[in-house]
Amino acid sequence: MGEVIEINGPIVSIHHPGILNGEQVKIGKLGLLGEVIHLREDHALVQVYESTESVKPGEEVVGLQHPLSVELGPGLLGEIFDGVQRPLQQILELSGQQISRGLDVPALDRDKLWHFVPSEDIEVGSQVVPGQVIGTVQETQTIEHKILVPPDCEGEVMVAAPQGDYSIEEVILQLRNPQGHVSKLKMYHKWPVRIPRPYAGRDPSNKPLMTGQRVLDTFFPLLKGGKAAVPGPFGAGKTMVQQQIARWANADIVLYVGCGERGNELVDILESFPQLTDPHTNRSLMERTFLVANTSNMPVVAREASIYVGVTMAEYYRDQGYDVVMVADSTSRWAEALREVSGRLGQMPVEEGYPAYLASRLAAFYERAGSVRTLAGDDGSVTLIGAVSPPGGDFSEPVTSHTKEIIRTFWALSKPLADARHYPAVSWLDSFSEYQLRAAEWWAANVDVNWSARREQALSLLTTAQELERIVNLVGPEALSSAQRWMLESAGLLKEAVLQQSALDPVDSYCSPHKQFKLLDIILCFYDEGADLINLGVPVEQLQSLPLIGELKRLKSRYSSDELDKITEFGQTIDDTLRVMRAEYSTNNREAEA
Amino acid sequence: MSSVEYRKVSAVHGALMFVKGVAGVAAGDRVAIRDRAGNRRNGQVIKTSGDMVLVQVFEGTDALDRENTWVRFLGEPFEMALSPDLLGRNFNGIGEPRDGRPPIISKLRRNVNGSPVNPAARAYPREFIQTGISTIDGLNSLVRGQKLPVFSGSGLPHNKLAAQIVRQAKLSGETSDFVIVFAAMGVSHSDANFFEQQFETSGVLGKVVMYMNLANDPPMERLILPRTALTAAEYLAYDLDYHVLVVITDMTKYAEALREVATEKGDVPSRKGYPGYLYSDLAEIYERAGRVRDRHGSITMIPILSMPSDDITHPIPDLTGYITEGQIVLSRELQGRAVYPPVNVPPSLSRLMKDGIGKDDTREDHPRVASQLYASYTRALEARNLASIIGAEDLSQRDRRYLQFADEFENRFVKQGEQEERNIIETLDLAWDLLSLLPPDALGRVTEEDIQKYHSGKEL
Ligand SMILES: Nc1ncnc2c1ncn2[C@@H]1O[C@H](COP(=O)(O)OP(=O)(O)O)[C@@H](O)[C@H]1O
Ligand SMILES: [Mg+2]
Repeated sequence: MGEVIEINGPIVSIHHPGILNGEQVKIGKLGLLGEVIHLREDHALVQVYESTESVKPGEEVVGLQHPLSVELGPGLLGEIFDGVQRPLQQILELSGQQISRGLDVPALDRDKLWHFVPSEDIEVGSQVVPGQVIGTVQETQTIEHKILVPPDCEGEVMVAAPQGDYSIEEVILQLRNPQGHVSKLKMYHKWPVRIPRPYAGRDPSNKPLMTGQRVLDTFFPLLKGGKAAVPGPFGAGKTMVQQQIARWANADIVLYVGCGERGNELVDILESFPQLTDPHTNRSLMERTFLVANTSNMPVVAREASIYVGVTMAEYYRDQGYDVVMVADSTSRWAEALREVSGRLGQMPVEEGYPAYLASRLAAFYERAGSVRTLAGDDGSVTLIGAVSPPGGDFSEPVTSHTKEIIRTFWALSKPLADARHYPAVSWLDSFSEYQLRAAEWWAANVDVNWSARREQALSLLTTAQELERIVNLVGPEALSSAQRWMLESAGLLKEAVLQQSALDPVDSYCSPHKQFKLLDIILCFYDEGADLINLGVPVEQLQSLPLIGELKRLKSRYSSDELDKITEFGQTIDDTLRVMRAEYSTNNREAEA
Repeated sequence: MSSVEYRKVSAVHGALMFVKGVAGVAAGDRVAIRDRAGNRRNGQVIKTSGDMVLVQVFEGTDALDRENTWVRFLGEPFEMALSPDLLGRNFNGIGEPRDGRPPIISKLRRNVNGSPVNPAARAYPREFIQTGISTIDGLNSLVRGQKLPVFSGSGLPHNKLAAQIVRQAKLSGETSDFVIVFAAMGVSHSDANFFEQQFETSGVLGKVVMYMNLANDPPMERLILPRTALTAAEYLAYDLDYHVLVVITDMTKYAEALREVATEKGDVPSRKGYPGYLYSDLAEIYERAGRVRDRHGSITMIPILSMPSDDITHPIPDLTGYITEGQIVLSRELQGRAVYPPVNVPPSLSRLMKDGIGKDDTREDHPRVASQLYASYTRALEARNLASIIGAEDLSQRDRRYLQFADEFENRFVKQGEQEERNIIETLDLAWDLLSLLPPDALGRVTEEDIQKYHSGKEL
C-alpha cells in the first residue's frame, strides 16, 4: 500500500515501495484508476484516467499488480466502451447522464448466458495449443465468436464442458500444462493492451478493402490488413470518411474508436447503425460493430489508452479469423494526450511540444495492422485507418508528417474541395496509395481488365487539367486550344460525375465496384469520343452544350449498384448522339474538301 | 468548511499564489483569500502536495503580499447555488451578483466543472431551429442542442447577428420558447449594454441569466465564468426542462486568460504560446451543449470568438472548429460591401444540418439546394477571380452568367435586414430564384424532379 504525495492535474506522484512500471493503481477514497508511467528513486508517477479533483496528498494508493488489460470474450459487439474498456451503457444505468468517478464495472456482462458449442477436436486427454479454437458462441446473428485458448496457455485437457449455456465466469476447460500447472479457461481472457497479440505469421493480402467510395476504392485503394491515414483540417470530412467506411466496408467486424472527438458523432452511430443493413450480409450493421469512446470532454489520459484498448480488441477478432477494420478518430488527439503527459513529466519536447518518442509510438501502433495467419491457422486481418487533425490544416506538422511516413494509403482532404461541398474532399493530387498494384490484380480479375488503364487515364486527365487551369488563371481561356478546353470540361465532369459522392445521397452513398468502374468508363469514353470529334473540327461549345452532360452528372444518383444495365443503356444513348454528330461532320468535311 | 486561516503565503506572481506548509489540501478546492485591505478574493487549488499548495487567484495577485495575506481552504470544490431565481439576474464569473440584489440561496449546489456527459446518454440533435437568416437556415442550419460558433473579428457585426438569432430563433411553427444564458468575457461596456438593451426591448429580460466579466474586470475570472454559466444552463435545461440558448462571447478572451496562467505555471507551450491542453479545455466547455435522452430540455450554444488578425488557422478558431459542430464565419470583405450579415459562405458549415432538414423538417429539396448553392457559388467566385485577371469582357458567356449569379447571391440571399425574418420556405424559394439564373445542366447536385418543380427555366 502507498500514499499520494502530489497532485498535478492528471499526474499524481505516489510513494509506493515495490510498485512496477506500467502497473495499474487505485487512488484515494474515490478509487480512481491510474497507471504507473515513471519510477524514480523514492516515488512513482501515475497517470490517472479520471479527473483528480478533490484528491488530497496523503490519500491511500493500492497497486493492482497487473498492467492495463482488456477483457476479451463474447459480448463486445454492439457495445460502447470508454477509453479503458468500461461499458458506457451500463455506466449510464449506474450513474446517470454524467459519468461518476471511481466506477468499477467489468467490460463484459457477468450474468448473460451464451450457448457454447465445443470444437469437435476438444476432448479429455487431447493437447491444445495457444490460440486454438476450443468452441464457438453465436455472439450476434452474423458473427460466430470463436473461443480461443489464450496466447500464453497450452496443455492437456483435463475437464471439458459439454455444449450448453454458460456465463463467461464459468470454467469451460481445464488444462494441465507441461510444467504441471493447471489453468482454468473461461469464455473470456485478459490481455495487456500495450503488447501486440501474437500470430503465426504475416501473410500479405491482395484483397482490397472495398468501402463503396469511388475516390477511395478506385483511385487510392486500401488492402485488408493495410494502414491508412485521413488527414484534413476541421470540416474537411475525416469523420464522414471513417463513418462511411464503418458503414459500407466489406469487413467482418468494424471497431470505431472515437478518440478525443465529439460525443454526438458516436451517438450518430449508436442511433443510426442498428437501423442500417450491412450490404454484404443484409443484417443490421450494429451486429458487426462496436465502439470505444473517449470524447474530447472525457479525461485526457484515458485518450492515450483508448487507442491501445481498441487495437487489442481488433486483434482479438483477427485471431478468430476475421477481417477487422478499426477506424480511429483522431490519432492527433491521442498524440496530444501523449504530449500532455510528457509535458507534465518535464520531458524535453522536440517539435511543437511533442516528445521525441512520438514517431516511434505512432509507428508501433500502425505496425499492429496486418494480414496474418493466426495461431489457429486461419487468415485474419486488422486494417487501421487513422484520422489526423493537423493544427491549421498544416500537413507539415509532426503528427501528419510522421504518420505519412508510416502508412501506405494517404487520403489527403482538401479545404477548397470541402468549401465547395465536393465530398469526399479527397485531393487527387496529394493523396497516394502504395497498394495500387496489388489492388489492380483484384480489379482485373473481378471487375474489368481495363481498370488500371482507366484509372491512370483519369488521374492524368485530372493532373493535366490542374495545369491548364493555372494557365487560364494567368492568361485567360483564349490561350487554350479546343482539345485543351475539352480536357478541362471533361476533367470537370469526372470530378462531378465520379469523384464527388455524397454520403447523404440514399442511392449514391454506397457504390459497388462494378458501378464504380462503369461510371468511370462511361465518362472516359465520352471524353475519348469527344476528343475525336474535336479533331474532326466539331466546336467545343457544341459538345459543352449537349444536354446529356447534365444527365451524366446525375447518373450516379439516378441508378443504384443494381441497375448497371441502365447505365450501359445510357452509354448507348451517348454513342448514338455522338455518332450523329460525327456523321454530320465527316460529310461536312468531305464537302469542304470536294 | 474550514475556519482556519493561514498566513503562509510563500510567493505570489501573476495569478498564482504559493502557500507553504499546509497539509492535506485537495486538488481543485476552493480558496478564500483576505488581503491586507480586508477584501476577499477567490481562488482554486491547481496543484497540491504535502508541503506546497499552488492556488490560482481569480482576481489576480496585485497588491497581495506575503505577510498580510490570509488564506482559508474551504475544503470543497467550486460550487454554485442553483434555483429558478437565476432567471432575470446578472452575476460575475464566480457567480456573485452584479445587479445589487442578494445572492442566490439554495440547498442545491453543484460543482461548476460538471462531469463529462456519458456519450451513451446523449440524444442526437435533430430539431431544426429557424433563425430567419437565410445563410444559416438555408445553408448552415442550426438544430436544437448544437454548438455553432460565430468566427468574427473586431469591427464585424457578430453582436448584431447573435442578437438577431436570439430574437428570432424558434422551432418552425412555434413561437420562441428559449431561455437565454448570456456569458460575456472581456467585452466592453458598450457591447454589454447593447445586449442588455436587446434583451429588454424584445421583452425577454425575465428569461435571461447573465454572467459578465467586462474588459476592465479581473481577467482570471474568465477561467471560471463559462463553467459557472454552463452549470446554470445545465440546471435550467435538465432540472427545469427549458430549452436553453447559451451565447458566450468572446472565447478568445477566455483562451488568452488560460494562456496567461499556463505561461506562469511553466506549462509546455504548443502553438503561439497556448498550452497543449487548450483543445481539451475548450472541449470541456463546448461539449456541455447538447441533448440528453429522456430529458425535455436542451442546450444550444452560440460561442462568439474574434479571430486574431482575421486568421482562421489561429489556434483559438482552429481548435474551436475541431470541437464545435460547424462554424459561421464572418467576412470583412462582405462587410466592406455593406452586406449584412456578412457571412462568408464557403468556410461556414453546420455539421448537424443533415439530420434536421429535408422532407419532414423543412422541405424535400433543402439538402440538395444547399449543396448546389455551395457548388455554384464557389464556381461563381472562380469566375469572379478570373474576371479580375482578364477582365469581365473576355469571360465566356457561361462565366458571365456565373458572375451575375455571385453578385445576386450576395446581394439578395446573403444580405438581409437586421429586423428581417425570412421563413425557411421563403429562403428556399429565394435560393431557386438564384439557381434559375443558371442553366439546368450546370446544376448537378439537384435532381431532374427538383428542376422541373422549382427551376423557373426562364434563362434558357
Ligand atoms: N462524404 C460526404 N458526403 C456528404 N457530406 C459530407 C461528406 N463528408 C463530409 N460531409 C459534410 O461535411 C461535414 C464535416 O465533415 P466531418 O467528417 O465531420 O469533418 P471533419 O471530421 O474533417 O471535421 C459533415 O457534417 C457533412 O455535412
Ligand atoms: Mg471529425
